[in-house]
Amino acid sequence: MSTEVVSGSLSKAFFALLRRDLLLAFRRRTELLFPVIFLLVVVSLFPLGIGPGPQLLARIAPGVIWIAALLATVISLDGLFRSDFEDGTMEQFVISGHPLTLISLAKILAHWLVAGLPIVLLSPLLALWMNLPIESLGVMIVTLALGTPILSLIGSIGVGLTISLKRGGQLLSLLVFPLYVPILIIATAAVMAASDSLPYTQFLGLLTAGLVTSVTLAPFAAAAALKISLS
Amino acid sequence: MNSKTEKNSKPRKNALVMFIHKMGSPPWFYNFTGKFIPWFWAIFIVLTVWGLYMGLVIAPADYLQGESFRILYLHVPAAWMSMLIYSTMAVMGFIALVWRIRIVEILAMASAPIGAAFTIVTLVAGSLWGRPTWGTYWVWDARLTSELVLLFLYLGVIGLYNSIDEPRKAARAACLLAIVGAVNLPIIHYSVKWWNTLHQGSSISLTGGSSIDPSMLWPLLIMTIAVKFYWGANLLTRARVKLLEQDVRKAWVREALKEKN
Amino acid sequence: MSHAPFIWGAYLIGAFVLLWCALAPLQRKKSITRDIRRLAQIEESSRDTNT
Repeated sequence: MSTEVVSGSLSKAFFALLRRDLLLAFRRRTELLFPVIFLLVVVSLFPLGIGPGPQLLARIAPGVIWIAALLATVISLDGLFRSDFEDGTMEQFVISGHPLTLISLAKILAHWLVAGLPIVLLSPLLALWMNLPIESLGVMIVTLALGTPILSLIGSIGVGLTISLKRGGQLLSLLVFPLYVPILIIATAAVMAASDSLPYTQFLGLLTAGLVTSVTLAPFAAAAALKISLS
Repeated sequence: MNSKTEKNSKPRKNALVMFIHKMGSPPWFYNFTGKFIPWFWAIFIVLTVWGLYMGLVIAPADYLQGESFRILYLHVPAAWMSMLIYSTMAVMGFIALVWRIRIVEILAMASAPIGAAFTIVTLVAGSLWGRPTWGTYWVWDARLTSELVLLFLYLGVIGLYNSIDEPRKAARAACLLAIVGAVNLPIIHYSVKWWNTLHQGSSISLTGGSSIDPSMLWPLLIMTIAVKFYWGANLLTRARVKLLEQDVRKAWVREALKEKN
Repeated sequence: MSHAPFIWGAYLIGAFVLLWCALAPLQRKKSITRDIRRLAQIEESSRDTNT
């Protein structure tokens, strides 16, 4: 499968790489569950730490769910490029002649399907635990569906920069959390507006714009970061 | 010798180009900038003494805030520096990445701790200003929150630079991070500003309430300029020391240090 | 409440931070110069023993 990536047309390479990464991820199925379990544990810590009062939980629900999503994403990001970097496959990709940008994009998509999509799918359960008002559940799911890919995309830049470090994972969180601040603010604003029956579509528009911008720009930065790390 | 006579045909353009080329050479950079540093320190001290005298002694107390507004003369220049230094760091980072100029890499990386220091000063001064003004040491207002995120961005650049062993690779990685941070900075700034109005209704500002009397503005201007000389002196000092550190085994370092002795 | 301790505190902490920031590279330079001097001494002594 790696040979298909190394030779052939761009779209063939893209989908071959995507398929390869997904297959590799599914071979270690238990590892797939770690971010999921982490997400569930973190969210359940909040009622335990703050108290189960339903109104308080409902007030902080959007922030808590989104922060848990941020944390779960950062935890899972380190695996994005690492195994390929360590066994030399990444260098093969660079030599292969295919743009590293496209390779990054394929790997980021695989990462989101494996780590980000479960967050979106689990959100109804999290919303139930945090007593999120039912009116805003739809918006919550949409913000996560739009926002978690942005998290993967921006996070991949941080991963590219720290991949050559032994303890890169710890530094990674410091690097990406400031960049995540706008997404957190806008997403939670959307959900809270929906809870109060206020207009929220402008926030979803901003998130969509952010997603489009990240998809076009982040892979370039991630590729540049990888090239620096490989040098 | 021949090249010299050819260059004399277009003296001005080539003088600038030659100057820029020379600055790229470590011993030349080291010696040239060394002459400026004492002057920058002197000007910084003179301006600071003057500015603080005008601001702390001469200027009248604020009608609404009383004496505590005097922290403005520390808080505002520091805040402006924290943002200015990040921008220049990102620009230098861009130049260093694209043209691979070692001196620019070193200058960019030397900027980060200075920017972080100014950010910390901004946060502390803002916190201490907030206590008599609003009754609490910390408020999640737009500026302080923005500055906090800016501090995290600085710490990220410093942390990344110090984590990678090979100096040029470390600088390149941190420069890329600085650029990514700079691109995100306006987005972060506006989203935090907007988040603040969303959650507090009216926007609160430390300087809001009274219109500023000119006698209060002059010291601010002086301090703003003074602090730039601090930045210049500190940046050049750090860059020179970094050069010494990286070229420890080279002949020019021994020559330079022998000259000083 | 007197504002004086806050003003003093802000300026003193600010001065402390900026002073540290200014002095740190000088400290580093001292240790580098020491290292270079030591290196030069080692080289000279090895040259002396060789000749």
